[in-house]
Amino acid sequence: MSTELTIGFLPLVDACLPILAHEHGFAEEEGVSLRLVKDMSWATVLDRLLYGHSDAAHLVAPLAIAATLGRGRPAQPLSVPFVLGLNGNAITLRPELARQVRPEGGMGTPAETGAALKAIAEERSKAGRPLTFGVVHRYSSHNYMLRYWLAACGIRPDHDVDISTVPPPFCADALKQGEVDGICVGEPWNSVAVEQGAGEIVLSTAQIWRRGVEKVLALRESVLAEKRDSVERLIRALCKAGAHFVDPANWDANAVILARPEYLDGSAELIRHAISDQLLIARDGPLVHYPDFMFQHREAANFPWVSQAEWLYTQMVRWGGTPFDAEECRKAAGVFRPDIYRSALLGTGAPLPGASSKVEGSLASATVVGTQQGSMTLEKNTFFDGMVFDPNDIEGYISRLP
Amino acid sequence: MRIAIIDESAARASIIQEGIAALDDCELFVITERRGLLARIGEIDPDIVLMNLGNPSRDVLEEYFAVSRALQRPIAMFVDESDDESIVASVDAGVSSYVVDGLAAGRIRPILDLAVTRFNAFSRLQNDLAEAKGKLAERETIDKAKRILMDSRGLPEPKAYAELRKAAMNQGKRIADIAEAIVTAHNLMGNV
Repeated sequence: MSTELTIGFLPLVDACLPILAHEHGFAEEEGVSLRLVKDMSWATVLDRLLYGHSDAAHLVAPLAIAATLGRGRPAQPLSVPFVLGLNGNAITLRPELARQVRPEGGMGTPAETGAALKAIAEERSKAGRPLTFGVVHRYSSHNYMLRYWLAACGIRPDHDVDISTVPPPFCADALKQGEVDGICVGEPWNSVAVEQGAGEIVLSTAQIWRRGVEKVLALRESVLAEKRDSVERLIRALCKAGAHFVDPANWDANAVILARPEYLDGSAELIRHAISDQLLIARDGPLVHYPDFMFQHREAANFPWVSQAEWLYTQMVRWGGTPFDAEECRKAAGVFRPDIYRSALLGTGAPLPGASSKVEGSLASATVVGTQQGSMTLEKNTFFDGMVFDPNDIEGYISRLP
Repeated sequence: MRIAIIDESAARASIIQEGIAALDDCELFVITERRGLLARIGEIDPDIVLMNLGNPSRDVLEEYFAVSRALQRPIAMFVDESDDESIVASVDAGVSSYVVDGLAAGRIRPILDLAVTRFNAFSRLQNDLAEAKGKLAERETIDKAKRILMDSRGLPEPKAYAELRKAAMNQGKRIADIAEAIVTAHNLMGNV
């Protein structure tokens, strides 16, 4: 008799692991049956989680931390025992703007594109019509990645440019209507904007931080304790789904599944592009292959590194206007639960890192790391501006940020 | 008190509006358009916003409350922290609410309770409609099954129906289910 877990999600390609764990029977193999509930806004996904309509949710990582710290609503402790993926987002600008900041026929570097954008941002700001960007949620990695890039290029968010919230399914529309000049959103919504001629892709977030934490599997702390066994089964099923997702032999079939009306309700072709790390950057432009655009499986991508949660907290402090608070930082770090991940995967073939925290952005080339189980090589994981986040010096890091 | 009701379903919005209009000294504003939402909210300057839980614009609205008006009037999401029962009832019904801080909890409760009642009334209406449609479809299936029995076994209509009823009683099933099975079997045998 399998136990049922209800999982909330938004229609995005990176909701793939729970969907595929259900569709390919990986969850059933582990003795859990999944009920997937689609919503249209993160606020609703979070409400369902907090008020018990769902057991777990596909969630933007910073929102799990914000909910735990009580940002914007009464605090409710959430736990993240599994990361659903790294990166997979892109920055798309209105076509005429994109052509001014991006080299002909491909994506440029974040530094070059940022420098070109800085000149335009200053001009627009002086003219009293500042550039406006849409991000999917204020507590999203999209918001933090976009701001990280802009600030590192000398463009001050909230001073030189405006940043507002646009739900993913409305991004293309907001570009087309001129409500925003650019968006930072996950797939397939950049490609939808490109296909409609409403925008062109200028950067992928993987270029800003090569291994940036993105969506997570979030649960209420109390639900995790209560359903610990089922959650560990779910983690094993999600891991199998990850191996299936990254295998090129399955790309066509998985794209068709994800495209179905009950999931993304979109184009299988566009979804397949994202799955295979390919981006059509302009309507008549080339299909650009950007390796590791999405990152769902290799290098224990799903391991909830405590240092990732701490990095997200530094960005919350940086942009939220609240001072660093050691107690809050400790709570934020505690949201990520490597102990549960280890417990679930101990004895399987999955590599388990030896440490629970790492110096983020410190690897310029492939490096073999110590493990508790299996062997693991971490590849380059740098930030484009070369900064390094050492979780032993969080306050120092915040003070060095531009 | 100024109450804004945001719902992309104009029908549901009017049902909620009708219910809340019964309250004294409330001014109601209904917004059904997604475009220009924030500008409308800015104009209305509501004390409480009621919105269906699944509305895709909720993230936009939360951002607006959190940032744009943070300095002027602090906003508390989802009423009062202490009033859990009321919140859970509203979430279960599919209502999300945003309440301007400083509004006494005693004034919020009746509004929320009413909104919940009206939301539930609306979904009951929809269920009734779905049920009615289902009944109609069942009726058609039963008619088809009768026709099959009449044609294949040369039975008169009342006898065909009696056969269906007898099979249903013997097997402890609904007549509609037996009819469905007959129609499916008939189609499978290629006698469409």
